[in-house]
Amino acid sequence: MLELIAISTLNGILFGMLLFLMASGLTVIFSMLGVLNFAHASFYMLGAFFGYQLSRWIGFWPALVIAPALAGCIGAAVERYGLRNVHKNGHVAELLFTFGLAFAIEEVVQMIWGKAPMDYRVPALLDFPAFTVFSTNYPAYKMFMLAVAVAIFVALLVVLKKTRIGMIVQAALTHPHMVGHLGHNVGRIFMTVFGFGTALAAVAGVIAGPALVTQSNMAGLLGPILFVVVVVGGLGSLPGAFIASLLIGLLQTFAVSINASLASVFGPLATSGPSLLSDIWNVSIAQIAPVLPYMLLVLILIFRPMGLLGTRES
Amino acid sequence: MSTQDRNSSKGANLRFYGIWISTAVVLLVLPRLFASGSSLTTFSLIGIAVIFALSYNILLGQTGMLSFGHAVYYGLGGFLAIHGMNLIAASKWPVPLPLVPLIGGFAGLTFALLLGWVSTRRSGTVFAMISLGLAELVGSSALILRSFFGGEAGVTANRTKLFRVFDLSFGPQVQIYYLVALWALIAAIAMYALTRTPLGRMCNAVRDNPERVQFVGYDPHVVRYIAFCFSGFFAGIAGALSAINFEIANSAYLGAAQSGIVLFAAYIGGIGLFFGPIIGAIFVTYLSLALSDLTSVWQLYFGLIFIAVVVFAPGGIAGVMMRHRPVLRAGRMGPVLRSYAVAALPTLALLAGCVLSIEVIVHHTVNATDDPHIRAFGMTFDTASPMTWLAAATLVLVGYAVARPAWTYVGHSFDEALIAARAKGYLA
Repeated sequence: MLELIAISTLNGILFGMLLFLMASGLTVIFSMLGVLNFAHASFYMLGAFFGYQLSRWIGFWPALVIAPALAGCIGAAVERYGLRNVHKNGHVAELLFTFGLAFAIEEVVQMIWGKAPMDYRVPALLDFPAFTVFSTNYPAYKMFMLAVAVAIFVALLVVLKKTRIGMIVQAALTHPHMVGHLGHNVGRIFMTVFGFGTALAAVAGVIAGPALVTQSNMAGLLGPILFVVVVVGGLGSLPGAFIASLLIGLLQTFAVSINASLASVFGPLATSGPSLLSDIWNVSIAQIAPVLPYMLLVLILIFRPMGLLGTRES
Repeated sequence: MSTQDRNSSKGANLRFYGIWISTAVVLLVLPRLFASGSSLTTFSLIGIAVIFALSYNILLGQTGMLSFGHAVYYGLGGFLAIHGMNLIAASKWPVPLPLVPLIGGFAGLTFALLLGWVSTRRSGTVFAMISLGLAELVGSSALILRSFFGGEAGVTANRTKLFRVFDLSFGPQVQIYYLVALWALIAAIAMYALTRTPLGRMCNAVRDNPERVQFVGYDPHVVRYIAFCFSGFFAGIAGALSAINFEIANSAYLGAAQSGIVLFAAYIGGIGLFFGPIIGAIFVTYLSLALSDLTSVWQLYFGLIFIAVVVFAPGGIAGVMMRHRPVLRAGRMGPVLRSYAVAALPTLALLAGCVLSIEVIVHHTVNATDDPHIRAFGMTFDTASPMTWLAAATLVLVGYAVARPAWTYVGHSFDEALIAARAKGYLA
């Protein structure tokens, strides 16, 4: 039992940090442009596939740098030549543009790499158990993922809070015109931030690729959960996104490892044959794990529509 | 009211009823003109798509709520209709098949009543996220609650086993076509009527300026909620018709793809006008059936068409058509058409180059082991030869280089024609 809790906590924190790597970029982009980028999870997928392809050609470590850079350049180009032109048609058009983009990216990835999962392996350097919890070996690669995620989190915090660049970015979030009048190129700031945010998502993709499954549906699976994180945390709030990421990461991993159901607690139902009630009665918590984030979303929206740390409702 | 007013309103009435009556006549004679099984199936699918897209546009076009989860109401309508058909057949109730879509409609309405209040608290981005979350919630539940949704296999029913009126068995596709056509006409008229009611007007007001709506004494939340419920009702009818057509309902009905397709249809057709989603539904359904025979990556083309519409023609097909109206009425189409003719060739070359590039890449990645000759535009290309690559690249680059100034020219001539038309007093 204690072992289960320890392992689930580690895995939950890990998944939460991966979510935060993506949610941070998404939140900053949302605060800046007022657009929730639907294609953000697609850049995570691009990162994973670029990472896979590059690590086959030149090895994992160069890929860890080059793949996010590539994805970031694509992201910057999307902002410069796509979103900026759509901006005049309002937020709905921007959201629809990113939605179409997500759809197109998934199709392109399927076109190039096919639908089957890729053989994306953990680099040999990290392919050993780091330590043993009770009787379970914990892989070193997962520790590495955690280290990378925490390092990026700290770096992001320092850049945003302590440097001149961070100051300009934060000012551009709230007063873009004023920043423009002070002589900064706001368009370029937006483009850079968009590229940077997508590159962060791609980093998450590169390091999550070997641990999770690298497949053309990974964006579709993770995208909605990412939006749940952003809405639950509060739109435009970085600390909120951090808390929500960890919350959902832990929720998911703990739920998967619990096999209890109403039937196992209260005993089987007296009725015979399958019915809607018996379905609900016999379903285990592990089986409803994929649904839990969305249940959390609905609950949050009923009781606290602005999210955990959000200050605005839209 | 002066005689002129009366005459013009009479004329408008005549035109209004004329459109619906001529539509009904066209729907009646279509199977006489195209009697093959595949075309009847296509028409049925288009009719279902039209109802679904129109119901979606109650949300997006008329009330300004962008939903990514409209398939929930469509799918639940479909499932309830299947279960209803099985129940009716088992208990021998005197309910004929043409009434079954109402079961779906009320199912959609019920779930919209349940889920709508939470969803419609906000419009805009938050509403979009909630609709997406709810869609995922219901979609994932479909695989958990097996007794109701039938797991991966789905639930089947037999549409011919129901109570018969006028000896209609609804076995042959042509009878199903007429059923769909009848419901599509009823639903379209009902939804058009809805836009003309005070409620429909309030929806538009909520879309354009919710703050002012509050000032006038309405609650935008309530208006959105009512619109949401109507939308769910008609989506349920569409889902039920789809379930009748295929005699099965499975989890794909609730899936993200279904929500995406209806969004594509409504937006490509044009959300600003009532008939936009109708055009879009016809276009998207026909294209998906035609393209899927021609190419394995037809969905990519869909995505690209959608992106192009969002970037270049936010009003959709209907919007583009309506922009030509004043120019046409002022008789200024000549120079515009000339500019179109000039721009057509380089644009087509550019598109052909893009299509050729995509198809060549697909061929190399997806079916690399097959015969290296692909057919496109009625010609055969050898994907292995560098000549094909060169041709594709040339088409793209030269096409783009020539098309850019041509597009600018199109823009100028259109603007000039529009200004001239407006000077003549034709504003729309």
